[in-house]
Amino acid sequence: MAIVPNPYKTTGIMGWIDDRFPATKLWKDHLTEYYAPKNFNFWYYFGSLALLVLVNQLITGIWLAMHYKPDAKLAFDSVEYIMRDVPWGNILRYMHSTGASAFFLVVYLHMFRGLLYGSHKKPRELIWIFGCLIYLVLMAEGFCGYVLPWGQMSYWGANVIFNLFGTIPFIGPDLVIWIQGDYIPSDATLSRLFSLHVVFLPFALVGLVIAHLIALHEVGSNNPDGVDIKKFKDPVTHIPLDGIGFHPYYTVKDIVGVCVFLILFVAVICFAPDGGGYFLEKPNFQEANPLVTPEHIAPAWYFGAFYAMLRATPSMFSSALPGVIVMFGAVLILFLLPWLDKNPVKSIRYKGMVTKVATMVFAADFVMLNYVGLQPVSSLFTVLSQIGTIYYFVFFIGLMFFHKFEKSKPVPERVTS
Amino acid sequence: MKSVSLISKLAVAGLAFAVSGAALASGGHALPYSYVADVDNLPSVQRGAAAFMGYCSGCHSMKYMRYSRIGQDLKIPEEMLKANLMFTSDKVGDQIISSLSKAEGAKWFGQAPPDLTLETRARGEDWVYSYLKSFYVDPARPLGVNNLVLPGASMPHVLWEMQGWQKKAEAEHHEGGEAAHGEKKEGEHAEAAGHGHASPFTLVQQGKLEPREYDKFVGDIVNFMAYAAEPGRSHRQSLGIKAIVYLLILLGFAYLLKKEYWRDVH
Repeated sequence: MAIVPNPYKTTGIMGWIDDRFPATKLWKDHLTEYYAPKNFNFWYYFGSLALLVLVNQLITGIWLAMHYKPDAKLAFDSVEYIMRDVPWGNILRYMHSTGASAFFLVVYLHMFRGLLYGSHKKPRELIWIFGCLIYLVLMAEGFCGYVLPWGQMSYWGANVIFNLFGTIPFIGPDLVIWIQGDYIPSDATLSRLFSLHVVFLPFALVGLVIAHLIALHEVGSNNPDGVDIKKFKDPVTHIPLDGIGFHPYYTVKDIVGVCVFLILFVAVICFAPDGGGYFLEKPNFQEANPLVTPEHIAPAWYFGAFYAMLRATPSMFSSALPGVIVMFGAVLILFLLPWLDKNPVKSIRYKGMVTKVATMVFAADFVMLNYVGLQPVSSLFTVLSQIGTIYYFVFFIGLMFFHKFEKSKPVPERVTS
Repeated sequence: MKSVSLISKLAVAGLAFAVSGAALASGGHALPYSYVADVDNLPSVQRGAAAFMGYCSGCHSMKYMRYSRIGQDLKIPEEMLKANLMFTSDKVGDQIISSLSKAEGAKWFGQAPPDLTLETRARGEDWVYSYLKSFYVDPARPLGVNNLVLPGASMPHVLWEMQGWQKKAEAEHHEGGEAAHGEKKEGEHAEAAGHGHASPFTLVQQGKLEPREYDKFVGDIVNFMAYAAEPGRSHRQSLGIKAIVYLLILLGFAYLLKKEYWRDVH
């Protein structure tokens, strides 16, 4: 298909632009004439909210970087300088630190939505894959950002993460030195994490988000019924009968979601920016000290589940490598979801009891792992995290078989509400 | 204004409870006393500032805090600030740096007295409050005092003049049965924290202040330290109320707009 400049034959200033750049076409293709199913529910707010939080992180990040010093001698002081001497600096910093937690929260809910309604299934496999890559980059971004204030937890958290690479046979120890640029986390490490945090990873993140949206708009949005709205189109206009223009219908609806989200977001920023010690941890108000290990090293809350899996896996030949493999496996298995899920039915609404129960247990399991991963080691928590880790993998493998043991409900032809 | 600050306090308490319940439950060692700082109690924070400058700043710095910021936030005029609170500098823009150098501090006490700007955020308001109330006579220590919250602390009981001297409640049984008593003691501390009485100490010699007055005195210091750990705290809380009121109104309009547009979707 050849590209036709200005397919909508606009005139005037817009016409001049459209002859040279597809402004009107982009606007129509992605907003006013992007037809989304009309039955989106509560779960569908989190995509637009993730975008909002991304913008929040980028903008507050730009201003924080104007005042922050990526230098092991100055970093901690510069954060306090932002908190005290930079006008509105404390709000900027809290928006950014709370934003990181909010980002993971909305992304987790967004991913769970996908799992519930089968948004990973054909033809949306690539949307899911791009999403997983976004999640992976987000984890890297969150980790790098967490180290930048150079507090005790920044330092020792970084130490734990870098040492994971040390478990790789043969090259491990040298790899750690290469990554850190030193024998211990130091100024060299801080500088490179800063570079990754403000240049490479945000670039990758924005690029992947664009790819995620392009892929979505190519095949169209899924919906809570998991039915294809393109099957029934208006014979004259060719608009799906159950579709409505993203703009204005979902833009005005998402503004409502944005308001509710912002109320909660502002409440945390202004009244509990520490998040009870989960968003900003107490030891991180002490400057990094390589000679003093904190009593209890906990990861940021959004890595709790993976940290629980790492600790739950017994070491072999006095190496923690199995734990590292399990932990990375838990992230990588997400990429396989579109092919592991063999259920012919997309939406949980029409799946049988086995899948429904297994999915709810999975959600509870993930929350439990997250909680346990943040607690000091105890024999009860070790057993819980072992059971939790096993179930995490059993669930994904089970998605290949669950439908064989249950009776699905009939899927309607068109969306139900 | 008053009702705004009350609402904000309630909101803080509610939210802090909601998010931190789990964190507190797993918070490690039980402290003998609990305390929630009140940074909006201006007279108390002012008294705390005076006490901190008088008793603490000789050895401890507050290197992220400027005198001028204290003057501005606590409504203390410059002359009063210079006359009563500034002992090591006469420039109000300076940070609070103690005259005791790190090297000298280490020589005198075994380790340099730490900077206290962020102490209440790093350790907790409860912790600082408990620490200042938990010095007890222990002849085994070089300075004759030990601390229940930070055993083996190298800091002398600077506030002895105010509090007087206290002994650990069951110091006599201590030797020989440490393991057996350890558990019992912990239970008692938890009780003390829960009810605010049943102190783990007995006062041997009272200082200038009654125990109740001393509690208030320490409370003032902790309020000031909590303020100094985050001078922007009051501002962000009053800002939060305004922002949420604005967002609630916006939410109302956004909802009506959504309803209007969605009228034609069935």
